[in-house]
Amino acid sequence: MIKPMISLDSLSEPFDFDKARAGGCASSACGSSPRPDDIDPAVWDKIKDHPCYSEDAHHYFARMHVAVAPACNIQCNYCNRKYDCSNESRPGVVSERLTPEEALRKVVAVANAGPQFSVLGVAGPGDALYDWKNTRATFEAVRAVIPDVKFCISTNGLALPDHVDEIADMAIDHVTITVNMVDPEIGAKIYPWIYHDHKRWTGVEASRLLHERQMLGLEMLTARGILTKINSVMIPGVNDEHLIEVNKWVRARGAFLHNVMPLISAAEHGTHFGLTGQRGPTPAELKALQDKLEGGVKLMRHCRQCRADAVGLLGEDRGQEFTLDKLPTTLLYDGTQRQAYKAFVAEERGDHGAAKASASAAVRETAAGATLLVAVASKGGGRVNEHFGHASEFLVYEADGRGIRFVGHRKANAYCQGGFGVDATLEATLALLDGVDAVLTAKIGDCPREALTAAGIDASDAYAFDYIETAIGRYYEARFASAVSAVA
Amino acid sequence: MAMTILADDCTGCGACEAECPSHAIRMKGAVCVIDPKKCTECAGVADAPQCDAACPSGAIAKAA
Repeated sequence: MIKPMISLDSLSEPFDFDKARAGGCASSACGSSPRPDDIDPAVWDKIKDHPCYSEDAHHYFARMHVAVAPACNIQCNYCNRKYDCSNESRPGVVSERLTPEEALRKVVAVANAGPQFSVLGVAGPGDALYDWKNTRATFEAVRAVIPDVKFCISTNGLALPDHVDEIADMAIDHVTITVNMVDPEIGAKIYPWIYHDHKRWTGVEASRLLHERQMLGLEMLTARGILTKINSVMIPGVNDEHLIEVNKWVRARGAFLHNVMPLISAAEHGTHFGLTGQRGPTPAELKALQDKLEGGVKLMRHCRQCRADAVGLLGEDRGQEFTLDKLPTTLLYDGTQRQAYKAFVAEERGDHGAAKASASAAVRETAAGATLLVAVASKGGGRVNEHFGHASEFLVYEADGRGIRFVGHRKANAYCQGGFGVDATLEATLALLDGVDAVLTAKIGDCPREALTAAGIDASDAYAFDYIETAIGRYYEARFASAVSAVA
Repeated sequence: MAMTILADDCTGCGACEAECPSHAIRMKGAVCVIDPKKCTECAGVADAPQCDAACPSGAIAKAA
């Protein structure tokens, strides 16, 4: 069987473009632009290779974070960077800190190993702008070796106004600001203190300062044409409904994308919220809030809340394969694979874009009135190309009279790992797929298929290796077309 | 008089090193250490020792 592989699977082999194409260009509209109609061409040019800023790009391109900025100027009640664990995936967690020189070595190793690499980000584990000396030194070193890599930073915004001009000068096109409140009274429940202008500030005063600096920084970035993403941690009972207000404020100041993330909270993380029993939102609560925010700043729904040293496509993390002890001391950058891959993706995406549009149109026409929630197992490339038992996550799409839309992802523990604890994990996967009508995978065994059927979820591998939207469109049609013709 | 860093609580982030007006702090292995000969507890420079105000993990104390 052909194995399409737009993933970092082939770390040591050359990338096989023919295999990844899996079926080739069948559409008559091949070569058309996948750019959504509501996005300006200049903006599309900035986001088309950035997996976090473009949902479409996240099927093709990988990011890496280098943990060069350990120092932070804020204490957040959901953060404790003291306890690091390589098996944990959440913001602020890293296994090993890097100097700018070490970071360069790691970046070159990752760029040589996988052509999908397109964005280098500094997201801590502290604050990229408070620790600006290290962040800047890292970007300068990498720019000298790999001129076409995109730079991205993530910040709490407190030090942002001091660095906006340097950010613009260094062509950092993407800045994420974590904004959890626009009301300092609410901020006081999230931030016990900040460090600013040689002083420690506490209480409402601290949050007021932070809020003012965040909004000022955002306005300054917008004025310079730098794209901004706003991250908000949804904390039930503290700022959940308030995030509607946050969305309005950042929209008025030109934010490009709003990413509402669920609070991750457990006592063993040693965070204030973890220790005081503050819970995170349920997936249903998160989706309900996201749905309320539709119509404001465009929402990011494909965030995986990655670590500050994550490597790879968003759904995977290969960071552990690139720890310092595994890197050669000297490495020469070879850009040929990345250039070839970019050309390949440009072509594949035109094809994918056309397939998406026609699948969505077909579903709109079939329009049985029913809304179908479909979970897809994919390992990249925008295709249904992962086995059910190997899936570490499912991408969830909604199909109805309005077409086909990506609505989020659900993280799974791949259960097929040699038979150990299969039943327990399958049960967890079933719980994970709660509310889903159908699952599309590259392959699924009889046993899990029966379990899914018993749970009221239809499973199919009949659309293996199709583009995700094409598969959903064909599935939708097969399921409802007969019903429609019967009615007619 | 000098400040000191509790090695068990220090995460080695270097915030104190960057803020110290007396250049009394440096990294030693995975943690920061204060040179007591250089530390002035920020007398005459700031209201409170800058390292203590900046430290995110409460690892700064007065030297015994």
